[in-house]
Amino acid sequence: MDTATLLISTAAKIGFVLVIIFTFAPVLVWAERRQSAMIQDRVGPHRAGFRLFGRKIELAGLLHPLADALKMIWKEDFVPAKADRLLHSLAPVITLVTAIGTFAVIPFADTLYLEYLWNALPVHGSVTGVAIPMQVAKLNVGILFVFALAGTGVVGAAIAGYASDNKYSLLGGLRAAGQMVSYEVALGLTLVGCFMIYDTLRLEDMVLWQHRHVWGIFIQPVAFLLYFTAAIAETKRIPFDVPEGESELVGGYFTEYSGMKFGMFFMGEFIEVVVLSALATTIFFGGWDLPLLDRSGLEFFGYALDFSVGGYAVYWDGSLPHIVVIALQTLTFIVKVSLLIWFQLMIRWSLPRFRYDQIMALCWKYILPLALLNVVATGVVLLLIER
Amino acid sequence: MAVVKTKVIRKPKRTIAEQAFIPEIAKGLGLTMNRFFKNTFSRPENTEIATVRYPEEQREYPERFRGIHRLTHRTDGSPRCVACLCCSTACPAQCIHIEPAEYQPDDPRYGYERYPEVFVIDELRCIFCGYCVEACPCDAIRMDTGMHMPPSTKRAHFIYDKETLMSIPGHDGTYVTGNLRHEPGDPSHPGIDREQGH
Repeated sequence: MDTATLLISTAAKIGFVLVIIFTFAPVLVWAERRQSAMIQDRVGPHRAGFRLFGRKIELAGLLHPLADALKMIWKEDFVPAKADRLLHSLAPVITLVTAIGTFAVIPFADTLYLEYLWNALPVHGSVTGVAIPMQVAKLNVGILFVFALAGTGVVGAAIAGYASDNKYSLLGGLRAAGQMVSYEVALGLTLVGCFMIYDTLRLEDMVLWQHRHVWGIFIQPVAFLLYFTAAIAETKRIPFDVPEGESELVGGYFTEYSGMKFGMFFMGEFIEVVVLSALATTIFFGGWDLPLLDRSGLEFFGYALDFSVGGYAVYWDGSLPHIVVIALQTLTFIVKVSLLIWFQLMIRWSLPRFRYDQIMALCWKYILPLALLNVVATGVVLLLIER
Repeated sequence: MAVVKTKVIRKPKRTIAEQAFIPEIAKGLGLTMNRFFKNTFSRPENTEIATVRYPEEQREYPERFRGIHRLTHRTDGSPRCVACLCCSTACPAQCIHIEPAEYQPDDPRYGYERYPEVFVIDELRCIFCGYCVEACPCDAIRMDTGMHMPPSTKRAHFIYDKETLMSIPGHDGTYVTGNLRHEPGDPSHPGIDREQGH
């Protein structure tokens, strides 16, 4: 691949990922409000809109996040008198950037072969030519990069609490740091069983393994349960939202934030939800893998559509142009991520908040030992299979 | 040392399923999902949504809802009110101001009734208790308009004078009530007649 193709394709992929993320975040704000309204037998927000040719356009409340963003941009950016100005401004940036950065290693489709764009790929054999991996960065550390960035996210919350010069913020920051550092450990360990089976740390190879064999959730259900719990705790959302417990801490570590800085925390939280779902999709739900969709097109177990209608013979063996396959895979990925996000919101509106010591107990006394057990059990089974 | 009798209250026992937490989470999720699907995907009349899109959509008020006041009309269009001041006396908020006046001597009602020259209700003071309606012997003041006060930014807009009060129809759209009104001089008039003498 020459440099120009590399640069252009990478820029296009970054653009695509950013568009996806920044579409998901506001839609998620809307989804959370409307979904909670539906759960709680309310109508929900639906009023924000504008008048166009005398007709009011409301789009079922989809414009509320837009109004929110406008409001946040125009609000006063308040910094407390004794706050550390640099750190105070830096904290939301760290939170947001680490949340977005995680997407760099998540593959959203199979490798794209430029020469085959409009033709079907051969069913078997290796394909040569310019190959563009459909993820921003192909890192051999893969998932470790994700954990590293998630670990850096702790810094954002902690700094926000420290730099605000507010005891509630400080307490919130401490809680956030304690909770996130603890769950970091659990989060990594829950996935070790999967790494052992997939035999790789690269997310794209994990998806390929699941594409060839079976989705991760069927071979590591316990790991999925533990991962999902730990990951929700990592995003600091209900039922694990003690860092911002408004009944005792006002607003936690972002008490002293206003305007778009608060908006960045807000958006960071939602992007973390998307990241969590994207990771769960990649590791447990086969990523871009759509059953019956192979790299050459749809696969009907060797059968093909072959019949004649009114003298016209119809024959279709299911092969699709490469670009259609890639588009279908991307769509599959997005749909899977959306479903998982929906499920997360469902959890968020179903469960009450844990007490802080309960959160810690859950992490160290239940998730961590269970994750270790899962690793041991997976190892034993793998050994037995190899024998 | 006195022996203090204590009653030991034990924690309610939890079953293993409750302790395991996951079945309970599943139950809770089941409940919320049930609501979600019911309210999102069923037809509007089958949802259980309790709120409405006010002001586009309004709930019906009960029949006896006490809205803003109105002064009922006689069949000739004059107010039924005889300026007896019962309502303003009964009013706990003292928001009704009436200035009674005598009819002209050639009017058949002269000597029998008075009429309100000025009838003003301060709707901002009114507590909508309905005592004025109860006190009225002539069915002249009613709160059956089914409206609440139109909002305004000016206090003056809430001082309703006689003409305003008479311009508001009841919720059935009529100004004249169904209750018969016996004018002085009518054979059905129950009071002492001028011809009968006092």
